[in-house]
Amino acid sequence: MSDELRTILLEQVERLLADQAGPDVLRRAEAGEWPEALWAEMEALGLPLALASEEMGGAGLTWEDAVAVWQVLGRHGAPVPLAESMAAAGLLAAAGIAPPPGLLALVAPQQAGLPWGRRAQHLVAPWEGKLVLRPATGMKEGRDGFSRLPMDTCLFGPDSASALLPPALGEEPTLLAGAMIHAALIAGALEAVLDTSVDYANTRKQFGRPIGGFQAVQQLLAQAAGEVAAAGVAAAQAGRAASRRGLAAAEFEIASAKVVAGEAAGKVAAIAHQVHAAIGFTDEHHLHLFTRRLWAWRDACGTERFWARRIGEAALARGGAALWPDLTARDEATG
Amino acid sequence: MGALRFELRDTPPDAPALRAELRAFLAEQGRHWSPTVRAYSWMGFDREFSREVGKRGWIGMTWPKAYGGGERTAMDRYVVLEEMLAVGAPVGAHWIGDRQSGPLILRLGTEEQRREFLPRIISGEMAFAIGLSEPDSGSDLASLRTRATKVEGGWRIEGRKVWTTNAHRCDFMIALLRTSPAPDPRAKHQGLSQFLVDLRSSGLTIRPILDLAGEGGFNEITFDNVFVPDSMLVGKEGNGWEQATAELAFERAGPERYLSSLPLLTAALDDLRAEPAAAETVGRLLARAGTLRQMSLSVAGMLQEGKTPAREAALVKDVGNDYEQALPEILRTLFDAARTPAEVWEMQRMMTMVARSYSLRGGTREILRGIIARQLGLR
Repeated sequence: MSDELRTILLEQVERLLADQAGPDVLRRAEAGEWPEALWAEMEALGLPLALASEEMGGAGLTWEDAVAVWQVLGRHGAPVPLAESMAAAGLLAAAGIAPPPGLLALVAPQQAGLPWGRRAQHLVAPWEGKLVLRPATGMKEGRDGFSRLPMDTCLFGPDSASALLPPALGEEPTLLAGAMIHAALIAGALEAVLDTSVDYANTRKQFGRPIGGFQAVQQLLAQAAGEVAAAGVAAAQAGRAASRRGLAAAEFEIASAKVVAGEAAGKVAAIAHQVHAAIGFTDEHHLHLFTRRLWAWRDACGTERFWARRIGEAALARGGAALWPDLTARDEATG
Repeated sequence: MGALRFELRDTPPDAPALRAELRAFLAEQGRHWSPTVRAYSWMGFDREFSREVGKRGWIGMTWPKAYGGGERTAMDRYVVLEEMLAVGAPVGAHWIGDRQSGPLILRLGTEEQRREFLPRIISGEMAFAIGLSEPDSGSDLASLRTRATKVEGGWRIEGRKVWTTNAHRCDFMIALLRTSPAPDPRAKHQGLSQFLVDLRSSGLTIRPILDLAGEGGFNEITFDNVFVPDSMLVGKEGNGWEQATAELAFERAGPERYLSSLPLLTAALDDLRAEPAAAETVGRLLARAGTLRQMSLSVAGMLQEGKTPAREAALVKDVGNDYEQALPEILRTLFDAARTPAEVWEMQRMMTMVARSYSLRGGTREILRGIIARQLGLR
């Protein structure tokens, strides 16, 4: 997708979410109320199928485009599992299966459950070298301990469709897609948390002036800004690598994005709460709607430790002489 | 107010060929570089090496051919810089000239200055020092007091500059000096000017200052009635602050703000195979390295487009300094006296000491975070 078209798409998504996904919607979602109006709008825009090629009924978005959309979604707290449904449709299409309409759940390892699994019509999962599409049955309802969003488990029904996994997707496409999704969601939520913190620091007065005027507070928020920028770059880089080389060959960038975003999530949430002080510790304030998601998402689809070990093991196996050449060659191999 | 944007950038299409050339050159040149040499890297000084770099066209790569430059892109230059830093090459004899003095002369110097200085920087013959800090003016740079007074045909300088890396080995410095009194204490940024100062001038004394590792890297320079001809004023009289701060965008933007300790990771990696806890730590370090590299490339891309990404550079320098400073400490947690090779320990020791400078040189962490905070809209 051209930069211009992507900008238009992102503005559309931003407007929709600004309109339909405020703190109230997030709170109701946490109470188990499905944001039906929001989801209907997303379907009307063709978002859930957008990653599928046009022949498969989608819009031919790239992973890079999708990451940008997910970052906007994260900035608004992702009340619906649009990202997972998009990725599931994209994977199906890449494997040659036309994605069915309705919410698709993405089944990945390193995952506590399926966000809003109870609403899903189908599951998409890798299974013995194939990508399978199965109806969602026997859903057991649960709730995520951090985000409080519905987090369900389910049984597999019989295959509706299956296809051999194409090499570009590798053997664990849902894990890689899931990690990329959560890195992007984190990058977006971090922006929201930083903005909220800066606003608060500029309005809350103590000692006769806004606390944002104090160097101690400025230094904390500047540090947070560095982490937010790093997470955004890492997520975008993962999306671009996946677009250019396919998911499997983008493992380094995807893993890096999840590590960097996960580390940033912990640091920035801590800084935001320190700046907000007692009011940020209350249920009433909206800060926790985002910081709880940061803590949930850094655990999802592989923690920092999980992905760092993969990168580290690969680098150790390659040895010191290959470290710098490998780091620079990834960008340049496909040019 | 607002978050800073970092667009993804690619390295240039000819990067693989350029890298191959550089790697062969650096492998040959680097056979005898000690861990100390690699730890100092761009604060080190090896004029012979810089001449060799110059011969290959890797200094002043982006400058006009009229002055001996290569008219290559800023991204080509970026590839050269990162290859040098990744192995800790002792690039100090040409680094400052290539990074900031040359670009300043090119941008604001007279034709005569360009013809005199640029070709000699490009050949690696002329080394530049930075003349900013003074004994009483560090982070509060605009409070500097070293003064240039107008005389017949030029200026007379009185005062002192300090922490001037490699001044005792360099040929020229670009000094920021007070040429007229500040109209009032809040307007101290006015009345400053930049000069090209010959470090062999009469009345100029260079006193070496040993650093905490016992190495002779930086200096104090005393100006006792030093004469500088009119032709050595750079840019506009009184415009020195704006010129020097624009120069800081170049000074802060490069890969030297995150890569300083990467040679230690490279050197330590093979030994760490024997350490079960290493994989996670190494993975975290590499994840950050790849991200910082892309952030740094993004700033290089903005410079290439003629922008002045001063705030973006400050942010990348801050995040990068944290990284390069933490790296020797983090790796140390994986070392073992019974196993880790002596030369790896030696580099770790040097870097632990040298790393204190990472968050000081080119703007302290606290000053950078102040710049970032203002960008966020905090006052």
